[in-house]
Amino acid sequence: MSLIMEGLIKAYQLLISLDREILEVTWLTLRVSGTATLFSLLIGIPLGTFLATVVFPGRKVLVSLVNTGMGLPPVVAGLWVSILLWRYGPLGYFGILYTPAAMIIAQAVIASPIVVGLTMAAIQQVDPKLKRQIVSLGATRWQYLWLVLREARLSLLAAVMAGFGAVASEIGASMMVGGNIKGHTRVLTTATVMEVQRGNFGLAIAISMILMVLAYTITFVLTHIQQEGGKS
Amino acid sequence: MFSKVNRISVGASPGAKAALIAVLLVALMAVGCGPQETEIILATTTSTYDSGLLDELVPLFEESSGYVVKPIAVGTGKALALARQGEADVLLVHAPSAERELAEQGFVIERRLVMHNDFVIVGPADDPANLAGMTSAASALQHLSQEEALFISRGDDSGTHKRELSLWSLAGTEPAGTWYLETGIGMGETLRVASEKGAYTLTDRGTYLALKDGLALDILVEGDSAMLNLYHVMIVNPERFDKINATGARLFADFLLSDEAQNIIGDFGNDKYDQPLFIPDGGKSEDDLTG
Repeated sequence: MSLIMEGLIKAYQLLISLDREILEVTWLTLRVSGTATLFSLLIGIPLGTFLATVVFPGRKVLVSLVNTGMGLPPVVAGLWVSILLWRYGPLGYFGILYTPAAMIIAQAVIASPIVVGLTMAAIQQVDPKLKRQIVSLGATRWQYLWLVLREARLSLLAAVMAGFGAVASEIGASMMVGGNIKGHTRVLTTATVMEVQRGNFGLAIAISMILMVLAYTITFVLTHIQQEGGKS
Repeated sequence: MFSKVNRISVGASPGAKAALIAVLLVALMAVGCGPQETEIILATTTSTYDSGLLDELVPLFEESSGYVVKPIAVGTGKALALARQGEADVLLVHAPSAERELAEQGFVIERRLVMHNDFVIVGPADDPANLAGMTSAASALQHLSQEEALFISRGDDSGTHKRELSLWSLAGTEPAGTWYLETGIGMGETLRVASEKGAYTLTDRGTYLALKDGLALDILVEGDSAMLNLYHVMIVNPERFDKINATGARLFADFLLSDEAQNIIGDFGNDKYDQPLFIPDGGKSEDDLTG
């Protein structure tokens, strides 16, 4: 119990004093996971739309693959991305292992299947009558897609939240490809694990609280947008 | 009807592909190409990192040299594996026999002693296997296996795990059975598991001291020369791997052995634990300590 109190007090102190190191770590978490989510949207929304609207041989195989990927363990993503990015790996030329860029790639790999899967579901849920109506009104293929996506926007925002939530909270991949290097690749989750290993439970609790507040704030903003959008 | 929808959206596939490729390219370009010459990848053991020693040393070196050190804190087994693949520039590790093997195979060069501390066997205060006061690690372990007292092993190919295995073989026993558990995780976590389960384990003194307050474990066996814990620095052989930052690695190794760093090592932990966590050995060799 005293540990939890210590953690609460520490979290409060860190936030009030705007501790520079913690601010940097928080900002990096936001930047890395935000960018990764953005990339996963750029990949996931077109791919999800494609899978939802086009029937082709092998589609079920691909859809099952995406659904499996939605539960892709972060350590698996981390392992593959680090093997690819090793100095002597296929993409070693870029020399980006242990940088935020490597973390963004790994997290985008984790979030993309989630966004693809949820986009697919969102579009398939759009009323088929409406789809028929759009087509019969003579919409071009791009107009059609735009209108269907617009109709599905509330569910798409849920995809954004799920994607961001998954990557901001993951640790395995960030630890493996980022290395938890102070001032370079330390994010809130890897810092929490490190402080636990160092026996600084109070500090670990404090950092985990900051992570939860961050996740809540982002989700709150997105939910706000989603609910407002629902009214119009 | 659906065929029409299908026909309409087939056009999305090249678009999707293009977006995918564009994203990958942007991701790679956004970060600048090519490895940075000023970066040094230091593969090290969790004990130097989790104790906080590197947090004191690395910024000093970075300031004076202009290099950026990226410490990757992994078990010694993984650190050595990284060296074997040319994925690290410099190592600070504690598994002498495995290091010698790596040096003989030409993967690492310029292996030098930096500091030492020792391993100790810790266990619950009530000490059900009566280890307290024993001075030989091998006979303590023999005793543990006879009593089948719960023992927690790192089981992760770390320096501590390698040492534990060599102590078991010194004891002439094969640890196996329900009393022998392997965690596969770091030292701090393993100590906590041992503490919660009222079990024995082998630990480096530094990690134990750093975490002692939260643990229900006492030092029971210490002082055996077989439990000496030696930390060596070595650089990955640049003749073997062209991407090694040998200049930076050598500078960092020299820094660890400089008077400045050796003094910091000697003082580190004094204020918090009333004893240093590591004893600096700059300029000495393994034989000076074991002989």
